[in-house]
Amino acid sequence: MALSLQYLLNALQLGSVYALIALGYTMVYGILTMINFAHGDIFMVGAYLAMAAVLFLLGLNLDLPVLVVFMGSLVFTMTLTATLGVTIERLAYRPLRNAPRVSAVITALGVGLFLENFTLATIGPEPRQVPAIIPVQQFSWAGISFTNIQLLIIAMSIVIMFLLDWLVRHTLAGMAMRAISYNRPIVPLMGVPVNRMISLTFAIGSAIAGAGGLLYGMAYPVIDPYMGIRIGWWAFIAAVVGGIGNIRGAMLGGYVLGAVEIFTPVFLASSTYRDCVAFSLLLILLIFKPTGILGRPTFEKV
Amino acid sequence: MKKSGWLLIIGLGWLVLALIGFGCGAKSEEEVRLGINAELTGSKPTVGDSCKKAAELLALEINQAGGLKVGDKNIPIKLIIEDNEDKAESAAAVAQKLISQNNVLAILGPNASGNAIPAARICEDSGVIMISPWSTNPKTTEGKKFIFRACFIDDFQGQVMAKFARQELQAKTAAVLYDVASEYNKGIAEFFKRFFEADGGTVVAFASYTTGDKDFSSQLTTIKAADPDVLFLPNYYNEVPLQVKQARNQGLTCAIIGSDSWGSQDLLNLGGPDLEGAFFSTHYAPDIATPKAQKFIKEFEAKYGKKPDDVAALTYDAGLLLCNAITQAGSLDRTKVRDALAQVQEFEGVTGKMAFKGTGDPVKSAVILQVKDGQFKYFASVQP
Repeated sequence: MALSLQYLLNALQLGSVYALIALGYTMVYGILTMINFAHGDIFMVGAYLAMAAVLFLLGLNLDLPVLVVFMGSLVFTMTLTATLGVTIERLAYRPLRNAPRVSAVITALGVGLFLENFTLATIGPEPRQVPAIIPVQQFSWAGISFTNIQLLIIAMSIVIMFLLDWLVRHTLAGMAMRAISYNRPIVPLMGVPVNRMISLTFAIGSAIAGAGGLLYGMAYPVIDPYMGIRIGWWAFIAAVVGGIGNIRGAMLGGYVLGAVEIFTPVFLASSTYRDCVAFSLLLILLIFKPTGILGRPTFEKV
Repeated sequence: MKKSGWLLIIGLGWLVLALIGFGCGAKSEEEVRLGINAELTGSKPTVGDSCKKAAELLALEINQAGGLKVGDKNIPIKLIIEDNEDKAESAAAVAQKLISQNNVLAILGPNASGNAIPAARICEDSGVIMISPWSTNPKTTEGKKFIFRACFIDDFQGQVMAKFARQELQAKTAAVLYDVASEYNKGIAEFFKRFFEADGGTVVAFASYTTGDKDFSSQLTTIKAADPDVLFLPNYYNEVPLQVKQARNQGLTCAIIGSDSWGSQDLLNLGGPDLEGAFFSTHYAPDIATPKAQKFIKEFEAKYGKKPDDVAALTYDAGLLLCNAITQAGSLDRTKVRDALAQVQEFEGVTGKMAFKGTGDPVKSAVILQVKDGQFKYFASVQP
């Protein structure tokens, strides 16, 4: 029993990271019906920015309180990744807004490669360590071991997800986003600034990926320029499994994928089957419920 | 009309370049061309960097002394350094390129077994000598005539660590966590298991992951439930720190041991205090260096401002072995150099004495190091 709970807790931690990144995929898809394959690499840049911020703040030797260092790094990382997301959208995706959808997808892959190789060239290929912001404390309760970092990640992710869900459902900006996602050609006629709303979507999605990068760097403090590739793919599957375009679906998908990764080695003796299980899940879902768990079917109007 | 003018200029440009290229090809008789097939980018760039630096140091030393003695001439060495991106397919492509385009006499590297095995196949088929400094998986040289290595093999290393765990650490049970997608990790994990069980121990958990994974919590939970006396992590230096950190966070308190893939300064930079007290087997210990090794360590430090790791030492030895064999053969004929190399009876390198007995694998000893006060400290030597 304690063992299953331990696995479940591990799955929650990993799933939280996948969920945060899946949100970015799903938001961009929801508004532009485009898959932003550079998103995993924005997450990677976020982890590097977080490392830089933490190094800087700890390097000041001011004995800053832990909360200040954490919040400072979080704000810095989220601001810069948001700027990066908006810049990428403005320079790479907006000129292709009316081009065939495949052009935008290929551009996104190119932007991802650019970010990876730019990091590789400027910072170097060697893995880096993210210094610990919060000293790790290990707790043991009823046979389950967990750390303060683990709890922080799970809690932070849930807070971010609730904030986003509230923003999309209960604010004017959120309403505009939903409207664009519903019918892009008509919305400008209602006076909604479509370009600004799309920029905002990219900003929010990328900022969340940046926060994900910081949290990830705290849990797995060795980062490298290729780290965004696999996590990006898994988060993408998470978004599709949950129902791409649907925010609550992306969160659910993230936790499902976290559970797949943690429970595969438990039942199948080798973690090597992990990707087989994840992609099989994706295929089965696409056959029987192509819109994902929470996605609503779309109708082509003729 | 204007367009065709440009085409003409571009065409002429290519012609000139081709002529220059031809000119270079013609005078290249006068150098010993050695290829370096190293992991300069990818997941273990420190390995490639050490390999490149040690090879450059050796080439510089020989060229400053007037060149390598071949017959009655002294010929300078020219290194052609290529990046295999730490990918099996790139390692093979680099070997192919070094052979067909650069017409090298011999290739040093790749270092990681996963890259060395495919590259070895290509060198063997083309009859080009390849010496891997660091690849310990038996498959690299198995059944091949032109492939050599400068390090011991994993049968030996697995045995050394199994014995160490049983006798020195008094472990009755062991757990292994290894990368199933990498030949090196998988090979040594299996040898460890075989020898540990033959020695009367029990392997209570034999868990795997895939290259690039960052989350090992699932496997470590299973391992913790099996409650082993010792945890064996035969994985590369960039992954071990996360594994050790997560193991400790899960509340695993047992002794942790590893293999020669740990021997990089980066392990300490990334792992910090979590690694304190861990043991691993490797090729040489700087703190008990022979005069020959001390000279190398001093020169390497003077040139690059850091201590050479095991890959650097082994690359230097591999290069020195090759140069000695070329001088011995007195010719730049690949088959003659290969025969001279296979007959090396005793060679004293930076990493100790080695001898070849008919195969590409040298007979040499291993050392066990411990992480102590944030440094690698010599613990014991194990003879073959």
